[in-house]
Amino acid sequence: MTVSTSLRRALVGVRRELVVLAVVVVVLVALVLVGLGVGSIPLTPAQVAGALFGQGDRISDFVIGQLRGPRVLGAVLVGASLGVAGAIVQSVVRNPIASPDVIGITSGASAAGLTAIVLFGASGGTLFSVVLVGAVVVSVVIAGLAWRRGITGNRVVLVGIGVAAICLSITGWMLTSGTVTQAGTALLWLSGSLNAVDRNLVGVLGVAFVVLFLLALLQSSRLTVLTLGDEVAAALGLRPDRAKVLLLLTAVCLTAAAVATAGPVSFVALMAAPIARRLVGGGRVALGPAAAVGAAITLGSDLIAQFAIPGNALPVGVVTGVVGAPYLLWLLARGR
Amino acid sequence: MRSSTSAPPAPASVSRLVGATVLAVVVLAVACALSIAYGSRPIPLGTVLDTVLHPGRNDEVGLIVLGNRVPRTVVGLLAGAALGVAGSVMQGVTRNPLADPSVLGINSGAALAVVAGIALFGVSGTAAYLPFAFVGAALAALLVYGIAAVARRGLSPVGLALSGAVVAAALSSITTAVLVTNASLLDQLRFWQVGALAGKDLGTASIITAPVLIGLVIAFGLGRSLNTLALGDELAASLGQRVVLVRAVGGLVTVLLAGSAVAAAGPVAFVGLAVPHAVRRLSGPDHRWTILLSAIVAPALLLVADVIGRVVAYPGELQVGIVTALIGAPVFIALVRSRAVRGL
Repeated sequence: MTVSTSLRRALVGVRRELVVLAVVVVVLVALVLVGLGVGSIPLTPAQVAGALFGQGDRISDFVIGQLRGPRVLGAVLVGASLGVAGAIVQSVVRNPIASPDVIGITSGASAAGLTAIVLFGASGGTLFSVVLVGAVVVSVVIAGLAWRRGITGNRVVLVGIGVAAICLSITGWMLTSGTVTQAGTALLWLSGSLNAVDRNLVGVLGVAFVVLFLLALLQSSRLTVLTLGDEVAAALGLRPDRAKVLLLLTAVCLTAAAVATAGPVSFVALMAAPIARRLVGGGRVALGPAAAVGAAITLGSDLIAQFAIPGNALPVGVVTGVVGAPYLLWLLARGR
Repeated sequence: MRSSTSAPPAPASVSRLVGATVLAVVVLAVACALSIAYGSRPIPLGTVLDTVLHPGRNDEVGLIVLGNRVPRTVVGLLAGAALGVAGSVMQGVTRNPLADPSVLGINSGAALAVVAGIALFGVSGTAAYLPFAFVGAALAALLVYGIAAVARRGLSPVGLALSGAVVAAALSSITTAVLVTNASLLDQLRFWQVGALAGKDLGTASIITAPVLIGLVIAFGLGRSLNTLALGDELAASLGQRVVLVRAVGGLVTVLLAGSAVAAAGPVAFVGLAVPHAVRRLSGPDHRWTILLSAIVAPALLLVADVIGRVVAYPGELQVGIVTALIGAPVFIALVRSRAVRGL
């Protein structure tokens, strides 16, 4: 392959990534408009646009500024964080099934969060920091236990399943130790729900996402090299283990930010990256499209969860779980 | 499925096997004694012994010992034996050292079916849970084995464990969805859902006795065939073994045993994983002995875990499923780290 053809291929790849990104963003914007307009007080597209550009009446200002705006933005940010986290983990572990859900990071974050909720009634910023610390500690434990002259995919996955079981039993302990009301609140959070999202929480999540996403983008070239395997990466002058640790840490923080905001919304991290990769093609690690696909999945699922059964709003995680499980089974059955 | 056995190849001598069995029985007896003797209300050992030996006391002590601790011990014995044997049969059938009713999602399937039965049809009581648990366990087993069967290159131990973890995660997320929308159901089921022996009566024990005993008998009969199967599908078939039949019977036994255990005690995790590995160190690779010893050691583990749950969270209680996960998951991790799972 000459230099010019490979350069042209790379350019085609980048162009395709941009086109895909644009299409997904259009879908996402459409979902956002639906999410802002539909509800117990329906708003016309004109009212939504008015409120967004500061021309709204009192009702639409309140509905969008205080209620639906934070929820929709929360869904977008949670989904985007999970999408990017999934893309990073799957590329580092080199296994499309190894999302933060499956390898124990999410379980660690939720065990920490649930403990804080049940024992200390934590919410908002406190909950955010507890979840972050919990996720990082659990990830360090998983990496430490799976470490044998470096981190390899399968061992991380299996150790993660084991650690997830321990975290799950702590979760079960918390569910059985509080009152029923506490257990109900905890279970709602545990199934992944955007009910508790408000402006403050969205603000914190927004800042966290922007910082972490930029960090991830800075490392994305290393991610691409790592997908070629440790030997090739080392031959190309990369220190694979250091790069992996930094990348995984970024993914852990993204997961923790999402879990702290909405609880463990299942399978979004798992689905987003492979869908994005398939759309982009060429085996590229596409963080931007993964973020956009993750956001679209979460927001779309939340709309389904809120309005599918009239009068009985479900937590968003139930919908992503029900959608994600068959996808994952298909992925497993197909072999990799 | 790729073959990967963790058992050391050397068969153990008969005297060693008999010694191991005697040791296991002693351990089980001690576990039963502890389970009856200890509880959130301290009762002197002499009084406990007297109550058990001379039943018919109607006072508070009699109520606690005979109405509470003895039934829960009996349920623990049955559920423990069921889980341990289910685990060792699954490990034999799949030739996968990571197989276990909880790791492969069978327990989650049974639990979801029971919760759905309660939510949709309003069933209550262990007898009514039982058919739902069987159906749920069977469907989950079919799902996991189905994935393994259609997977392109066959599933490695890792692939099967992952499929199971995913099935388990998906099924428990649906269970959560049912519970989150129904507060009274949550109140009723949140203890059962993590696996609990507390509050079981002899009625519960008598309901699962028949299916557990049938499952155990079939499992013992399956031991020889599993030994042949351990040689690999081709070799087993050429030795005249009907491989598909053995797998099917093994699956049936698993469903019978795991379903009964879940109906009585909820989805108790990791007993079926940890125990067969522990006893294999004593018994060697012979499945007949692994199954027998698992049937004795697994209830001992479950009862000890139950006692630990009563002691550490005094005056409250830690549900037994939480304790077994805290004991069993490190065993799982140690297995993964050891060379038991080839190719890691």
